[in-house]
Amino acid sequence: MSSRPGGRFVRRITERLHHAPAPSEAWDAIQLARHQDRPYPLDYISRICTEFEELHGDRYNGEDPAIVAGIGRFNDHPLVIIGEQKGRDTQERTFRNFGMPSPEGYRKAMRAMDLAVKLRVPLLTLIDTPGAFPGSGAEERGQGGAIARSIAAMVRIPVPTVAVIIGEGSSGGALAIGVADRVLILENATYSVISPEGGAAILWRDAAKARLAADAFNPTAATCYRFGIVDSVVPEPAGGAHLDHDEAARHLGQYVERQFRELSALPDADRLRQRRLRFRRLGAHREYAIGDPAAVASGRVESGAPKP
Amino acid sequence: MSNKPIQVTVDRLKRIAHIPDRPKKPLDPTTCPKCESHFRDEEMVANARVCTNCGHHFPITARARLDHLSGGSGWREIWTELRASDPLQFVDLEPYPDRARKAEQKTGLGEAVVVAELEVEGQPCVAAVMDFAFMGGSMGSVVGEKIARACDRSIELGVPLIAVSASGGARMQEGVLALMQMAKTVVGFEEMADARLPVIVVLAHPTTGGVWASFAALGDFTYAEPGALISFSGPRVIEQTTREKLPPDFGLAESQLKNGQIDDIVDRRDLPQRIGRVLRICERPDLAQAPTLAQHLSEASGDRMGKVAEGIAHTVTHTIPRFPGKVVKKVGQAVDARRKKGTVE
Repeated sequence: MSSRPGGRFVRRITERLHHAPAPSEAWDAIQLARHQDRPYPLDYISRICTEFEELHGDRYNGEDPAIVAGIGRFNDHPLVIIGEQKGRDTQERTFRNFGMPSPEGYRKAMRAMDLAVKLRVPLLTLIDTPGAFPGSGAEERGQGGAIARSIAAMVRIPVPTVAVIIGEGSSGGALAIGVADRVLILENATYSVISPEGGAAILWRDAAKARLAADAFNPTAATCYRFGIVDSVVPEPAGGAHLDHDEAARHLGQYVERQFRELSALPDADRLRQRRLRFRRLGAHREYAIGDPAAVASGRVESGAPKP
Repeated sequence: MSNKPIQVTVDRLKRIAHIPDRPKKPLDPTTCPKCESHFRDEEMVANARVCTNCGHHFPITARARLDHLSGGSGWREIWTELRASDPLQFVDLEPYPDRARKAEQKTGLGEAVVVAELEVEGQPCVAAVMDFAFMGGSMGSVVGEKIARACDRSIELGVPLIAVSASGGARMQEGVLALMQMAKTVVGFEEMADARLPVIVVLAHPTTGGVWASFAALGDFTYAEPGALISFSGPRVIEQTTREKLPPDFGLAESQLKNGQIDDIVDRRDLPQRIGRVLRICERPDLAQAPTLAQHLSEASGDRMGKVAEGIAHTVTHTIPRFPGKVVKKVGQAVDARRKKGTVE
């Protein structure tokens, strides 16, 4: 029995108001990064390259449309491009597997890297994936190994490399083609260890808490820049890249060209060394001296003295 | 008003209808979950925590594994003083620093990996052993750093590296920085390749996610323990995403051997002999003098890669002109212990 007429109704409204999701910069960026009209690698390639020849197949057992790879003419120079391609309509999305690459895709990418090395042509990668495909077939064909080997190949290749996160960069599926001399990110793109839904399912045990996870991970361009994970942020047209593909591609082309100009001035050995050091340095940790009073004060138990 | 008693009745009925399953008595850590054989503590240690009846491999702590690998000849832990920092000020169900502290109190480990110098069957080597008990063995900045440093130390000493993985993947609480550790560990392994030193990877249960998709898949010799789960995406994620029904042996070491993802399945009790044999085969007395690519590079530029990377006090204090109003924070406040002489090693 409610004490006042309309009490329950009022309470419900106040409840609603109370639980209205707070505006979240991270969540907005994720929505923009996933916008279905956002330009995908092929949209950029057709605009920044005068001509482009696409490669197909990994030469072992298959072809993965979630990764496009090929060589194009960029500023009157050849450029090898690898990109993760999502689909725009339902049919294409299914064909591209929602931009979730399988081992074949990463092996095709490594083929393209080999081509870049052979021809001594720089490499550009465009990252836009919700993650590598989680399927039993992909696991059996070596998803983990394919990603690991792709990372290793990107650490090793002697040509200048630039990676751009153009949309959603989630998990090892994104990093597999993201270990480059220079890493750029578009203003509204995101880069994270896992998609907010995946993170919510693991940490909150509830995929519906994605918004909460998005705020916690804060996978925005600003975060990546602050941590030194990206070297610069590529501006997008006002309102987002989906509103003006030509303008977005023009910005991307300019930024990428500048990076390649800087990189090609360096000798190969220096560039390789800098690339390794760049990734070797990323991280945040504290280091104490054993028995450091600061450590003791913070309540930390120092692990036992090393065994003789 | 009239629905009040009805609600109560329904509630009662529900309560009667719902008889919860009696919770199974949790098995104590020295009882085999497969065959329910019970072991005494000293038996567990003697058998390297393997069930002598059915061969079930119990989880083993990193330090116990080092004891086992070294065969009692002793080992020296290095970089015990590295601790996680909280770059994102991450809070899920509890704040990240609290989780880390609890894990430290529970396991007595500083992080999810222990790096040590030791001898296996008389062969000197460096080992990086992960411990699943510390936050699911997840790979954060410290784990990445320690594994990369383990590679540096191997190169410095000119000895092979043994990496034992047991991990659920990248540490979510460190966000994108945890993702970067995949690249960092691969860089470390690439240095090993330049130094022409072998890497032996042992995959313990479980090795999934970012660890399996980075250094754990890049061993020159890759062995797995029986029954270890080895996969990039966990079975639950796969079932939820693709609605596939997975076979019970999905992703287990036995099926990954058939898939060609690992070299062999080795019983934990045989591991020291097996690793010792590989180390003996690969032993090359001439290699110590051979200059590595890292040294070549250093001669060209005046510093040695491993040295530069060692003990980096990483602080990023970029200002972000495009995002005004953002507070720029210090990422790591690493104290370079190396500078305080005589405190390390």
